[in-house]
Amino acid sequence: MLIKQGGDIRSREITDQALYLNRRAFMAGAAALALAPGAARAAAPAGQALPATRNKAFDIADAPTKFQDASTYNNFYEFGVNKEDPARLAGTLKPRPWKVQVDGLAHKPKTFDIEDVLKMAPLEERVYRLRCVEGWSMVIPWIGFPLSALLKPVEPTGAAKYVEFSTLVDPEQFPGQRKGLFNFSSLDWPYTEGLRLDEALHPLTLLTVGMYGQVLPNQNGAPLRVVIPWKYGFKSAKSIVRIRLTSDEPKTAWSKAAPQEYGFYSNVNPKVDHPRWSQATERRIGEFRRRETLMWNGYDQVASLYSGMDLKKQY
Amino acid sequence: MTRRGRVALKALVWAACLAPLAVLAYRALTGDLTANPISFVTNWLGDWTLRILLTSLAMTPLRILFRWSWPVTLRRLLGLFAFFYAALHFSVWLVLDHFFAWSQMGADIVKRPYITVGMTALVLMIPLAATSTAGAIRWLGGARWQWLHRLVYVIGVCAVLHYLWLAKKANPDPYYYAAALVLLLAIRVGDWGRRRVARMSPSPRPSPQRGERA
Repeated sequence: MLIKQGGDIRSREITDQALYLNRRAFMAGAAALALAPGAARAAAPAGQALPATRNKAFDIADAPTKFQDASTYNNFYEFGVNKEDPARLAGTLKPRPWKVQVDGLAHKPKTFDIEDVLKMAPLEERVYRLRCVEGWSMVIPWIGFPLSALLKPVEPTGAAKYVEFSTLVDPEQFPGQRKGLFNFSSLDWPYTEGLRLDEALHPLTLLTVGMYGQVLPNQNGAPLRVVIPWKYGFKSAKSIVRIRLTSDEPKTAWSKAAPQEYGFYSNVNPKVDHPRWSQATERRIGEFRRRETLMWNGYDQVASLYSGMDLKKQY
Repeated sequence: MTRRGRVALKALVWAACLAPLAVLAYRALTGDLTANPISFVTNWLGDWTLRILLTSLAMTPLRILFRWSWPVTLRRLLGLFAFFYAALHFSVWLVLDHFFAWSQMGADIVKRPYITVGMTALVLMIPLAATSTAGAIRWLGGARWQWLHRLVYVIGVCAVLHYLWLAKKANPDPYYYAAALVLLLAIRVGDWGRRRVARMSPSPRPSPQRGERA
């Protein structure tokens, strides 16, 4: 039996950027805007075209994952613990109106409206690898701008060493936040994640509002999420309502749920296994054979952030 | 139960046990195996292994609780189907997931407790499946055969642990399976205690309440 290596297949399947733009969605969105701008903004804008300039500096040889896969195979426990739950249930999330509070150790704390966030910096498209801690990966063209553009205006104080992200808590919009049988709750809400301030300010860290040329689908963390491509996917908080600057390392949702399994850093590292499984290989969604996982998920430019650290201990 | 009733019951079990495979085949043909088909198929087969295994372990408790005799006639069929699904589950892991990467899989079996117990469950099922025939019962003798087949309790525990240890803490499903197994084993222990008390007491007055607590 001849098993083709992934690379052979992928090069022919590279999707042209123009194809990301779902023409029908774009036209519907444009028509809605022309007829009633206010109404279009109030409605869920997922699927609307979102113009952005491709930042070629981050282009990679890997072919992007199909939009259909990236928008139906999601870990977003606010909607449920199964991968298909978010796409099925995401209609309840209302990404407009939306505000994000940026506060904590900052000279100018501020609450931003999502519409203002969208105008803070030019939107770029960046194709990033996404590696899930579960051992699968995707390649996704995100749209956003560096998180630093949002953090600098609030002027973090000298005492600020960390950034904490919080996801919206609203069981009406997030069915996964409703109590289950025996008061079972999958995670301790709100979902919180965190970065060291230098990680948060790293140019790779993307404040994200879209993907595949469109406004971010609800199930992918609308209307506002971060993407930190050199860390396992769960570090990239979704549907963010608060970004807090702190002096102490923030508690994160997964390290609270299973402290011995999920560290604060959670950098992609093929040599440091998850306690229950190996991280040496991954399955790229759309491919058959597993591929080797790359150190820092292939983003070697972040290595200097961790020089002198024992990555086996500070995982 | 009449002969026709028994045949109908077995036919029903066959249909019920093959249905998950039929659904899986249908989903495969219609391209409905999610973005990560290998993982989906592995989990699907694992889920059904556990469900059928626990169903087979529920037959004796049904007899104990309701004094029905028919459930026990389905144990062998259910047990063999559980083995069938376990073998498929393992094959997907071996062929599709790791593509015969023996060294990596060997390391995983030793290093990853959830894989260790999963492999243990599968390996222990082999002698049970192999001695499931009437001929094997005669060859081993009833008592020895029964003793051997008590391994199914170890298999049940290993299978539930396999799921508990592989799933993320936030997923409640493995706890439901664990609760079901505990309940099924508790009914057996209760019955065993009740019969023991009945045997030992000079005037045979079995007390179900006391027995259940034993």
